Amino acid sequence: MADKKNIQYDDKEPVISIRDLKKSFGTLNVLNGIDVDIFKGENLAVLGRSGSGKSVLIKIISGLLKPDSGMVKVLGQEVDKISTAALQQLRLKIGFSFQSSALYDSMSVSENLAFPLVRNRRNLSTKEVNAAIESVLNDVGLSQTINQMPSELSGGQKKRIGIARTLILQPEIMLYDEPTAGLDPITCIEINNLIVKVQQQYNTSSIIITHDLTCAKTTANRVAMILDGKFLTTGSFEEVFNTEDVAVRTFYDYNFINSK
Amino acid sequence: MEPEMEIPVTTKPEKFVVSKNADSFFSGIYNVYVFIGRFFKEVFSRPFEFKEVINQCYQVGYKSLPLVSLTGFITGIVFTKQSRPSLSNFGASSWLPSLISIAIIRALAPLVTALIAAGKVGSNMGAELGSMKVTEQIDAMEVSATNPFKFLVVTRVLAITFMLPVLVLYTGFIGMIGAYLNIHANELTSFTAFFKSAFGTISFLDIFSSIFKATVYGFTIGVAGCYQGFYAQNGTQGVGRAANLAVVLSMFLIFLEEMVIVQFVNAIR
Ligand SMILES: Nc1ncnc2c1ncn2[C@@H]1O[C@H](COP(=O)(O)OP(=O)(O)O)[C@@H](O)[C@H]1O
Ligand SMILES: [Mg+2]
Repeated sequence: MADKKNIQYDDKEPVISIRDLKKSFGTLNVLNGIDVDIFKGENLAVLGRSGSGKSVLIKIISGLLKPDSGMVKVLGQEVDKISTAALQQLRLKIGFSFQSSALYDSMSVSENLAFPLVRNRRNLSTKEVNAAIESVLNDVGLSQTINQMPSELSGGQKKRIGIARTLILQPEIMLYDEPTAGLDPITCIEINNLIVKVQQQYNTSSIIITHDLTCAKTTANRVAMILDGKFLTTGSFEEVFNTEDVAVRTFYDYNFINSK
Repeated sequence: MEPEMEIPVTTKPEKFVVSKNADSFFSGIYNVYVFIGRFFKEVFSRPFEFKEVINQCYQVGYKSLPLVSLTGFITGIVFTKQSRPSLSNFGASSWLPSLISIAIIRALAPLVTALIAAGKVGSNMGAELGSMKVTEQIDAMEVSATNPFKFLVVTRVLAITFMLPVLVLYTGFIGMIGAYLNIHANELTSFTAFFKSAFGTISFLDIFSSIFKATVYGFTIGVAGCYQGFYAQNGTQGVGRAANLAVVLSMFLIFLEEMVIVQFVNAIR
């Protein structure tokens, strides 16, 4: 099993910096003052119940949703304040692994992988594109699926192809939305290992949204728990869960007792 | 007698359902208006998605040929058969070709083709974009720095706007062939005589207004289908709803437009 990186937090620039982030939909206050920094090479797991605004948080980071107030700085740029062109450039450095994998189902695996590449690096030759496709497929361990359609893949394979599709642009940041949700335990372990491998090999900083504690424990350097639109506590897995806080304990017990 | 009920003055009366429906009706119209505005803004800005437009033209045009061929042909035959008795009552069977050609070119070909395209192409756009929306494929495109509106919506609307006029001319032609075969079998009219008399009554304005109508209908189908799909919500149920609304909305609008355009063309004639 891959070991996650050791991170030195001192004297490092955060790659993502969020201050007092708020977001509501109508009368529903989803995010209510989030403060967090994510450092170079770090994996941060964000835990929370479903509906607690975890997906909204990473959608704001990637510019899919606009915050109501607060600061969201990614690689030194405020995502909600920059021009569309600058946002497009920034997005090339952010990989987003969707909960539903979001493979284009009218395209084969190789066309899915080629899509972001040929559209953003128009000077590449077919040979270079094919080489890049083979290389990322190899990294996620699915070289044999190159000519298959998404409908022929299993849930875990779709997840990995989705991750490969973001890796092909060599991102600096990875955002994983519930990477292990709906997968069997063995496949979960494979995905967890892949997340750690990506961190090592591509030197990415990541946010891993999850309510799967095993996933958080194996992949993350730091864990944050979201409750009522705020980060309740942030720290190493052990720090966060060695606590008497009722909300945190309930979450922990519920997950470990119910899933075992 | 019961004691009179006390009416609390502090609570607001519930909103009338009528006004709620009216609200959503008008905000719906406004949203479509914004959608069309965005289309015109993005259709003229770089990068142009030529390759995808061609691909979509193939999807909506070429793949609709079998269906419109069949319906065009049958429409031609059936309309001829149905019109014959009334004309022969007046001893006017020789007017059959002119009557048929006017009916097919002016009215039937544009309307029948547009309704078929609304059912086939419009519902497909609603369902395809709708499922892309609810499975986050549209978001995925957006975060990989491809403008999904341009890549998915602009290309589809352009394709059906270009292709529907072509399909209408084609349906008109096939319909005339059907009519000719029926007339030839019954009245023994020759091919040249049929087409001479048929096209003698057709003016440039007839052809032009049909092409114009088809362009408007094509745009309508594209916008209705893509709008419903692009804003689909609520999972798989929303996909079905998007496909359904795409067809209902475009058919409704096509009939409205037909009525308006016919008034104008008749005023010019
Ligand atoms: N685009 C949206 N419009 C309205 N409400 C939304 C939207 N996106 C999310 N929400 C609401 O925000 C809340 C948090 O959603 P989400 O971030 O998806 O939760 P989760 O933590 O399970 O990922 C939910 O109640 C959801 O209904
Ligand atoms: Mg979520």
